[in-house]
Amino acid sequence: MSTHAFDQPAGAAPGAEPPTNYLNASYSVTSWLLTTDHKRIALLYLLPITLMFFIGGVAISISRLSLMTPEGALVDADTYNKLFTIHGVIMVFFFLVPVIPSVLGNFFLPMMIGAKDLAFPRINLLSWYLYMLGAGWAAVAVLAGGVDTGWTFYTPYSSASSHYNVVMTMTGGVIAGFSSLLTGLNFIVTVHWLRAPGLNWFRLPIFVWTMYATSFIFLLAVPVLAMALILVIIERLWQIGIFDPALGGDPLLFQHLFWFYSHPAVYIMILPGMGVVSEVIPCFARKQLYGYKFVAYSSFGIACLGFFVWAHHMFVAGISLYAALIFSSLSFLVAVPSAIKVFNWTATLYKSSISFEAPMLFALGFVALFTFGGMAGLFLATLGVDMHVHDTYFVVAHFHFIMVGGMVLAYMAGLHYWWPKITGRMYSDWLSRLTAMIIFIGFFLTFLPQFVAGYNGMPRRYHMYAPEYQVWNVMSTAGASILGVGYVLPLFYMVGSLWSGKPAGRNPWHATGLEWQTASPPPTENFEQSPVVVRPPYQYHLEKAQNEP
Amino acid sequence: MSPDNGPLTVPHDESLEHTILVRHRLEEQYENLDQQHQAAALGMWVFLATEVMFFGALFLAVAIYRFLYTVEFEKASERLNWMIGGVNTLVLLLSSLMIVLAVHYARHGRRKRIVLFLGLTALLGVCFLAFKGLEYYIDYQENLIPGWRFDAGEWVTREGLRPDQVPHVKLFLFLYWVMTGLHGLHVTIGICVVLVIMAMAWRGKFSPEYYAPVDVTALYWHFVDVVWIFLLPTLYLLGTHHW
Repeated sequence: MSTHAFDQPAGAAPGAEPPTNYLNASYSVTSWLLTTDHKRIALLYLLPITLMFFIGGVAISISRLSLMTPEGALVDADTYNKLFTIHGVIMVFFFLVPVIPSVLGNFFLPMMIGAKDLAFPRINLLSWYLYMLGAGWAAVAVLAGGVDTGWTFYTPYSSASSHYNVVMTMTGGVIAGFSSLLTGLNFIVTVHWLRAPGLNWFRLPIFVWTMYATSFIFLLAVPVLAMALILVIIERLWQIGIFDPALGGDPLLFQHLFWFYSHPAVYIMILPGMGVVSEVIPCFARKQLYGYKFVAYSSFGIACLGFFVWAHHMFVAGISLYAALIFSSLSFLVAVPSAIKVFNWTATLYKSSISFEAPMLFALGFVALFTFGGMAGLFLATLGVDMHVHDTYFVVAHFHFIMVGGMVLAYMAGLHYWWPKITGRMYSDWLSRLTAMIIFIGFFLTFLPQFVAGYNGMPRRYHMYAPEYQVWNVMSTAGASILGVGYVLPLFYMVGSLWSGKPAGRNPWHATGLEWQTASPPPTENFEQSPVVVRPPYQYHLEKAQNEP
Repeated sequence: MSPDNGPLTVPHDESLEHTILVRHRLEEQYENLDQQHQAAALGMWVFLATEVMFFGALFLAVAIYRFLYTVEFEKASERLNWMIGGVNTLVLLLSSLMIVLAVHYARHGRRKRIVLFLGLTALLGVCFLAFKGLEYYIDYQENLIPGWRFDAGEWVTREGLRPDQVPHVKLFLFLYWVMTGLHGLHVTIGICVVLVIMAMAWRGKFSPEYYAPVDVTALYWHFVDVVWIFLLPTLYLLGTHHW
């Protein structure tokens, strides 16, 4: 039986002091705003990131509703452009990229390796302030009238023609990028130097491996994006042609620099999700992760290959046929490490004792939707097919399957899995399972029709469309409404659990992993005594008899 | 283990124990000073890797446009002041030697020597900036600032370029300003950091057991030096310069 170090009635441990944890250690505002505790910083991130998610969600809900009729039911073209740009910028730069590293990674990476904190706690706090500054900056740009370039800021539109808030939005993106970069730097040094005794590289949980790989992408890609955006800003301000052909520049250079970051950024977004799923699936299947080393190495395979496929966004932009051929072939290669992961998760499930708690439902949803969306990616990597579906809703559906179906579901899985550890409370079991089902169904109904509409030729980023696509758009909008309900529900039952949830105890899921061996919520120093690791992770097969009487 | 109080320590207050206001020499997440030193060094190396990528995008832009607009880039480069650029290279190389000596004496715990050589490093950094400022002033007088002081006609009449080639000259000069400007910013930050470390050394914060801040600052300083070594040929040494 697990011991409850927190939230036990006083009678359970007579004479014991009231347990101190990272939440009740101090209450002053300064103790939060100047904290160097990685767990508090994770919570500091959780609030604005959640807010950003809902702002981005509201923006796209309005444009989605507007697409109910071919003429555009709600908003005019200009507003529509601003809405999808807000959605894209906020969701990519301020939600998808930072969410799992900054919230779950910040909280659990040190705990999973048995450390007291990250290597550079003050830099960790600095990254939070940078995130807030960047997010605030972008929010001001939105309030000042918005920006209509799309999240890709393609030149020469962004540098010569568009609304002036481009500079502000980009500055926000650059600042937020440096926040992620410092987080990545912190993670790499932490994993190298602060592992607990006995925790060698092949005893690290897969989540740590994926965080490590993600950090590498941050470090190598973010500076290039920052420089590309800085050059656009300077071009706008001083009218010097770096990217604008009218002034002697080359717009393709912007696309190269932009996608050199933004394609690896896709893996920044999906790798942490893969890490979460690799934790959740073995736990709720009560079985060791199949092919641990292959799953670990494939994270690095994805991170490395991810740097050599960027031009597949530019097949119709005027790059040479030979370059396109090479980038097409390299893009197919990314499917190999991705498939290794999917096969290993499936093999883990094979002949295991699965239970369907909410984290597991989200994780299984991830595997299904990621596989589905990933396969669509192979269509897009094919040169001939890409000519046909480029810039259509087929592309939109593809990356939403990965980003929303994959990443958001994985984040939900992780949040549900670790919520008892973060807060010490359990949320409503049936509501959370229901939410998982609602999100899965809503998601499918939203994005599956977009594949059809896109394949039939409906272009993206238009507020009007030909009437024959209406049926698909109505289906999609209906699905989005269901999806919206699914996203709002957790706000209620998770926040509610803080008051009415039953105490979780140390290890409600009977999971292996160091983070479960300490109290919930953990003390500020994470562990009562520094842990020593003697076994590889995911030894569920050994503990079966003990945990499931 | 009772950690020594560092320079930023405030009176101990339990509610602030895990905030940035309280700082010990051995931070709580580390086992010992050696581990802390190694982590700091790795952190700086990783940071420098990101800096390489940061400047890398600019070097890529120069490479591409130099390939596309060879003639204009060489003409524009010939107008830059390679002599000041060359002297500044020597100044920076010398400053790197000074900071190496500072690290050497930090390793042996020679407090006054550390302060001396860190001071010389900062002084040479200031020299570099002064020369750079002089150079910028000459550029200003010669109308080499696109977007502010630039005479398109002069490039057609004096240098014999076609009018449609003049934007490429502006492009080169623009890259010159951005790259040297960013580098100058890095030097300025470096001087500030060196001065802070110098003050810490003056107060005796370092010992042969722990001198990680000196070590890590030196890494950064060398990086800034190396960037300049690449900037000099990339920007100043195109085309045929005349005395």
